Amino acid sequence: MNPPTDPQAAVSANNRRVVKRALLACAGAFFFCFSLIPIYTIYCEITGVNGKTGQISGEQPVLVDTSRTITVQFDGTSHSSLPWQFKPEVREMKVHPGELSSALFYAQNLDKQTLVGQAVPSVAPNVASIYFNKTECFCFTEQLLEPGEQREMPVRFVIDPDIPASVKTVTLSYTFFLNELATQRVAKEHSVTDNPAS
Amino acid sequence: MAEHATHDTHDEHHDDHQQSFFMRWFCSTNHKDIGTLYLLFSLVMFFIGGFMALVIRAELFVPGLQLVHPEFFNQMTTMHALVMIFGAVMPAFVGLANWMIPMMVGAPDMALPRMNNWSFWILPFAFTMLLLPLIQYAFFGVGAGGPAGGWTLYPPLSLQGGNNVAFTIFAIHMMGVSSIMGAINVIATILNMRAPGMDLLKMPVFCWTWLITAFLLIAVMPVLAGAVTMLLTDKFFLTSFFNAAGGGDPVMFQHIFWFFGHPEVYIMILPAFGIVSEIIPTFARKPLFGYQAMVYATASIAFLSFIVWAHHMFTVGMPLGGELFFMYATMLIAVPTGVKVFNWVSTMWKSSMTFETPMLFAVGFVILFTIGGFSGLMLAIVPADFQYHDTYFVVAHFHYVLVTGAIYSIMAATYYWLPKWTGVMYNEALGKWHFWLSTIFVNVLFFPQHFLGLAGMPRRIPDYNVAFADFNLISSIGAFGFGLAQLIFAWIVIQCAFLGRGAKATDHVWEGSKGLEWTLSSPPPHHSFSTPPVINDKDLAHGDVTH
Repeated sequence: MNPPTDPQAAVSANNRRVVKRALLACAGAFFFCFSLIPIYTIYCEITGVNGKTGQISGEQPVLVDTSRTITVQFDGTSHSSLPWQFKPEVREMKVHPGELSSALFYAQNLDKQTLVGQAVPSVAPNVASIYFNKTECFCFTEQLLEPGEQREMPVRFVIDPDIPASVKTVTLSYTFFLNELATQRVAKEHSVTDNPAS
Repeated sequence: MAEHATHDTHDEHHDDHQQSFFMRWFCSTNHKDIGTLYLLFSLVMFFIGGFMALVIRAELFVPGLQLVHPEFFNQMTTMHALVMIFGAVMPAFVGLANWMIPMMVGAPDMALPRMNNWSFWILPFAFTMLLLPLIQYAFFGVGAGGPAGGWTLYPPLSLQGGNNVAFTIFAIHMMGVSSIMGAINVIATILNMRAPGMDLLKMPVFCWTWLITAFLLIAVMPVLAGAVTMLLTDKFFLTSFFNAAGGGDPVMFQHIFWFFGHPEVYIMILPAFGIVSEIIPTFARKPLFGYQAMVYATASIAFLSFIVWAHHMFTVGMPLGGELFFMYATMLIAVPTGVKVFNWVSTMWKSSMTFETPMLFAVGFVILFTIGGFSGLMLAIVPADFQYHDTYFVVAHFHYVLVTGAIYSIMAATYYWLPKWTGVMYNEALGKWHFWLSTIFVNVLFFPQHFLGLAGMPRRIPDYNVAFADFNLISSIGAFGFGLAQLIFAWIVIQCAFLGRGAKATDHVWEGSKGLEWTLSSPPPHHSFSTPPVINDKDLAHGDVTH
């Protein structure tokens, strides 16, 4: 780029460059902030930090390691924003690594209106979380319960045989949160279908 | 923390033009006037924040709920922190930087004087916005009051507030803009405007600590802005950055917040280290021991401050490896900090010390800040932290490093440079009263809180078990004593700055003072060092200038 000969033009070219860079930096900062959640989630999934469970694995592991038995404990709570009763069928079960197992949770809507919930899983200890693979889970989708409705919610999982030998017990914990947007959407649909006159 | 010379004194130096009051103070581009404005603003905020602290201590005077509603109590703890951190401590340091850095490096003014004006005048608007919901509620009964979720603004709690969330967040944005502009100004001034012969490693330590602080500010204030913007969109625009139901994560807020928050801690203490490194050699009449070690220790602390943030959230459920890393990294900070403390002690070792008020505050700083440092080391130990977390032990710890650390250094700096700024000596007897009353009462106030915390009293709760009654009573007595003692400080400042009462100060003010600022008259001319000063190494600050 040839420097302009007019000093005034040089200054304003310089100013334009600074403004351009400053705007670029602002845009970059905005996109970085916006992408923080995906970045953080991916980081947690790769490292198992924060109890995020392993990827959904469709294929059966080759080997079931019958020499080891791991106790899997279940825990279920619903967030104060969601008036549901939510609990596991059994408190704990013993499984072999590599074995496909399933467990049931029960949920009941105690409220007078239809509510949509979203379960968020967490696995403790952290080192175990990347070896805990769910093949099917009620937490993959939104769950809708009519007033008073009860439902069994299954989860199927495999513990990777590579799980460190030090892990004897794994806890799978779910918290059910209210999905406000989906609940509002459902309420709107209901009011249309239930009272066509209004 | 505040002063300015009477109009007459200043106007003498206005050779060619007179300014109206409005032009001089509202449109000022003069580093001394803007420094004065910053310091006065900080003094006002110090008393507002202090009043909130007294509301807290009055409520905690005896067990039970008596004076204020719990919701209002929560607003007091939240606003006390925000006002003290962003309104009192940070503007005071920026004010000191404004006044002293150009005079210390032999520059005529700050490098970017109009931006300097802007960065100050944003602050009154920012704090009006921050305080508005609280003022409306407390004095006019309008609205639901200020933010009450703690100054750390953790979601989901902080998002359960009303519209005050928006007020707080926009106020924080404005404070961030102000801080970043102030920091850019300090860096530009120090790197571009030093007089010939003022090498970087001949600068006073205060300039060095501020240079490093300025880089910290530029690095972390945008992080805070990002974090609070995400809070804003979560609250008002239906995003789910920190909402687990929508796929976000509230723990991520804590990581982002403390990535800002820990360097922020050092933003509030590094300039204090600089101030104490100026004052102790003056009254010890000896050069600072280990000048270069001081500079490198400051830089190491600044670097380490970026890799220890998670020690604020040990109990959040981190992997063991993470807890160990953050524990050891935190403990590592004790090494450069220890270097500093030993350097100050070595400077005083076998020196001819006298104990004027600035020196008293500086020595008080070294001793009491070190107590805060030790309790910080205790908190760094992961297994112990599970007991200490969110108790009064933490409250005691950070008040020892902030009140007897940062605030003491600001008071030391005020006494040290007040005669230079105003041209009159402050009242030494009153200064000593202020120091001794403050030091006794601040320990009565905060030392019992260590015991309360170890016994398990949680912070930010308006009521407590009767088992904690005695120490809370003692602590509250200390709080009122300390608060009243600060009125002496305000009176001393008013005497010097507004009434011009006191003996005429000499140019050197102190027997052992060294550095370019002491070569100017007291008070200094409105525009100083219009031509670069000739530097004699022996006039320079108490550094190692022989290399």
